[in-house]
Amino acid sequence: MLKPGAFWNLCATMTELNNIKIITHKYFMKNLSIVALSLVALAATQGCKMKSTESAVSGDAASKVYVAPGKYDEFYTFVSGGFSGQVSVYGIPSGRLLKVIPVFSQNPENGYGYNEETKPMLQTTHGFIPWDDQHHLALSQTNGEHDGRWLFANANNSPRVARIDLKSFTTEEVLEIPNSGGNHSSPFITENTEYVIAGTRFAIPIGNAEASLSNESFKANFKSTVSFIGVNQESGHMGISFQVILPGMDLDLSRAGKGPSHGWFFFSTYNTEQASTLLEVNASQKDKDFIVAINWKKAEEYVKAGKAKKMATEYYHNTLNHETHMATSEIIKEVLTLDPNESKDFVYLIPCPKSPHGCDVDPTGEYIVGSGKLAALIPVFSFKKITDAIAAKTFEGEYYGIPVIKYEAALHGEVKKPGLGPLHTEFDGKGNAYTSFFVSSEIVKWSIKDLKILDRVPTYYSIGHLMVPGGDTKKPYGKYVIAYNKITKDRYLPTGPELAQSAQLYSIEGDKMQLLLDFPTIGEPHYAQGILASKIKDQNVKIYDINKNKHPYVSMGEKATKVTRVGNRVDVYMTAIRSHLTPDNIEGVQVGDEVYFHVTNLEQDWDVPHGFAVKHADNAELLVMPGETATLKFVPKKSGVYPFYCTDFCSALHQEMQGYLRVSPKGTATPLKWGTGKTDPEPVAAK
Amino acid sequence: MKKLSTPGRISTVIVIGCIITLAFFPMWRIDLAAPQYPEGIMMEIWVNDVKGDVDIINGLNHYIGMKSIHKEDFKEFVYLPIALSVFCVLGIIVLLVRRKSWYYAWTGVFLAMAGLSMYDFWKWEYDYGHNLDPTAPIKVPGMAYQPPLIGYKKMLNFEALSQPDIGGWFFILAGAILVGVSIYEWKKSKIV
Repeated sequence: MLKPGAFWNLCATMTELNNIKIITHKYFMKNLSIVALSLVALAATQGCKMKSTESAVSGDAASKVYVAPGKYDEFYTFVSGGFSGQVSVYGIPSGRLLKVIPVFSQNPENGYGYNEETKPMLQTTHGFIPWDDQHHLALSQTNGEHDGRWLFANANNSPRVARIDLKSFTTEEVLEIPNSGGNHSSPFITENTEYVIAGTRFAIPIGNAEASLSNESFKANFKSTVSFIGVNQESGHMGISFQVILPGMDLDLSRAGKGPSHGWFFFSTYNTEQASTLLEVNASQKDKDFIVAINWKKAEEYVKAGKAKKMATEYYHNTLNHETHMATSEIIKEVLTLDPNESKDFVYLIPCPKSPHGCDVDPTGEYIVGSGKLAALIPVFSFKKITDAIAAKTFEGEYYGIPVIKYEAALHGEVKKPGLGPLHTEFDGKGNAYTSFFVSSEIVKWSIKDLKILDRVPTYYSIGHLMVPGGDTKKPYGKYVIAYNKITKDRYLPTGPELAQSAQLYSIEGDKMQLLLDFPTIGEPHYAQGILASKIKDQNVKIYDINKNKHPYVSMGEKATKVTRVGNRVDVYMTAIRSHLTPDNIEGVQVGDEVYFHVTNLEQDWDVPHGFAVKHADNAELLVMPGETATLKFVPKKSGVYPFYCTDFCSALHQEMQGYLRVSPKGTATPLKWGTGKTDPEPVAAK
Repeated sequence: MKKLSTPGRISTVIVIGCIITLAFFPMWRIDLAAPQYPEGIMMEIWVNDVKGDVDIINGLNHYIGMKSIHKEDFKEFVYLPIALSVFCVLGIIVLLVRRKSWYYAWTGVFLAMAGLSMYDFWKWEYDYGHNLDPTAPIKVPGMAYQPPLIGYKKMLNFEALSQPDIGGWFFILAGAILVGVSIYEWKKSKIV
């Protein structure tokens, strides 16, 4: 392979040769034309060329990712959807997309956030919010290992944390985070799912107060908060146990300690310069920002001792019930807050070079890796050294009253010249770390013990997060590392200005990393989680038991179907079973009525959802799982006959699964009547 | 014999032709490649303009605090076309006068102009590469970002390759002809 330099040397040699010719040749004019021709030829080929990037797929890559039709993947991976607001599920090693779980964005495909049951999931103190930016995921853990119960997801824009149930792969809960400016440092988790964390990326005035955006005002009024979200170990229900109020700075990422460091939480920060404008420059001035270390066991003691202050606030807690199939919202009015300047000695700061992004704890719980986005090295801190430094008070000063540990006192060592733009680190459980480098677009493998670089592979292109299944736990599976890239450029067939985002799968079983597969992802992938499929697949919910359906508008069988009217509200109790809807003829609805179609899927067989859509309904469809009830609201604007039908190809006679709604002009005396299979349904007096 | 030979006269026309190509083709090009720019980015320097992916390059350079490249900052883009036009007019005079000494002088003018241009180009590159904004987000101690005058260099994640473009090759060709013909004329005069 010729390097560009070599290419150039070749060109230079050619030119030199020509020059020598020019000077020395006796019969110069004869040869002038040859020289001229060769120069022009060189010019025409545009001289020397840069080498192009090429992918290095070698050996048995194909067989390593081939999962035969009908066979299952070894791992489930849950990948954040970024600006799609959702979470996607991919099988690994095949890279096959298995499902998109709607979480923070409305999903017309199945009615999430459109149907009456799930609208409350997206309710906040600022009303119904149909979208968010979903960045990080955390699988629930027991003893520092993934247990397959739940998956937690953050909403970066309007601060929230969601809990996804891993039996049904549905979003069961969304908790709003008060006193947060943007929930980036979230939802990282402790080793027994005691807490899910929510740290604010933007410092803001506490209590939604208004304040000047000047730098003085920032320093005086803006604060950062970390919310410790307690998790009920039975139901999974979340609640904010307490908030720690920190000086105004930007909390970026975080990790819980584990093993010896269990009881601590670590956060990376940037903008400790406290700039409120042009952070690109103004938040990049200090040589070091901080890793914030919070002793949450000590914080718990302060809370128990009544040291936490109750603060009036407001936040939504939305939960979905799988028996009523409905979500409900609860508004919580207060939160407990802890001030490290009042309750001392549970928050410490560790200097970390150049706006650290990743803040990752190794499987032993002893080492904390800070990745300074703009730093030319990676510092690795030692938990033992941190606690020793705290005991010996080896501090270099204070930052708003919080002790700052001496950098050298906390440092295990530095990885020298690792690459450009280190972002995140994952681990293989064999003593190796894998760090992503955005600027130099590569993954670098290094040894935690001696901080030596062992291997590097290019990513295509500009990797952000990376993930080793189980790589953030005490027991990583150590088989693959997946790169989640920000730029794909020429990797796939082009699709206009907006291109696919991508993931890349590498084998890490050998000494050298081996690229196996590229696959596109939904939205923009940030962090992901991977778990052995065997830990989840056997608990999978196939249907909802119709006998346990407690939906207030359920139709327990076709005989229970009816249409009722109260004022201008019309409730249609409808059932769906292969291959008809009951009722499928409805008359007596008027323009301007609020018509609620409560569709109960009577099927009790796996993989037989029914869909439901009404012509010109300014709403999405319903996708109703077996045994479930879902409600579509329709307000007809014009009189006429409105067909409706099943949208999910359910059976051989799916196409026949259709019906009509008659909408009369407002004030018409058309009586309410409905039915299926009767040519002339009996009219019923309107209530 | 002080008179310019016929091949010498023909070469004058060719040299003028070569210089005229600079009006239609770029002189120099700098190619950049980085992992996230697999297709590469490129900047062309013309006698009166700078073209190519200048906006993209400026966007990238702001991270390291390099000044933006603006056509307006280069007074060379005004002087160079004038200088080259004057050079062509001088060539026509050489053609009319038909004296060897005039041809030598004309070659001298060319070499001086070429030398000065390269020095000027290097000076600009040095200035852009070294005078960095001290508040830039990315500061690598001891790192300068001066692109190579000619040839290949790696700077952080970028590889740079600097070389003549079509116009530049014609310019070099003109120089080669001028020097070659001067030597040819010189030797011929000695033989006779």
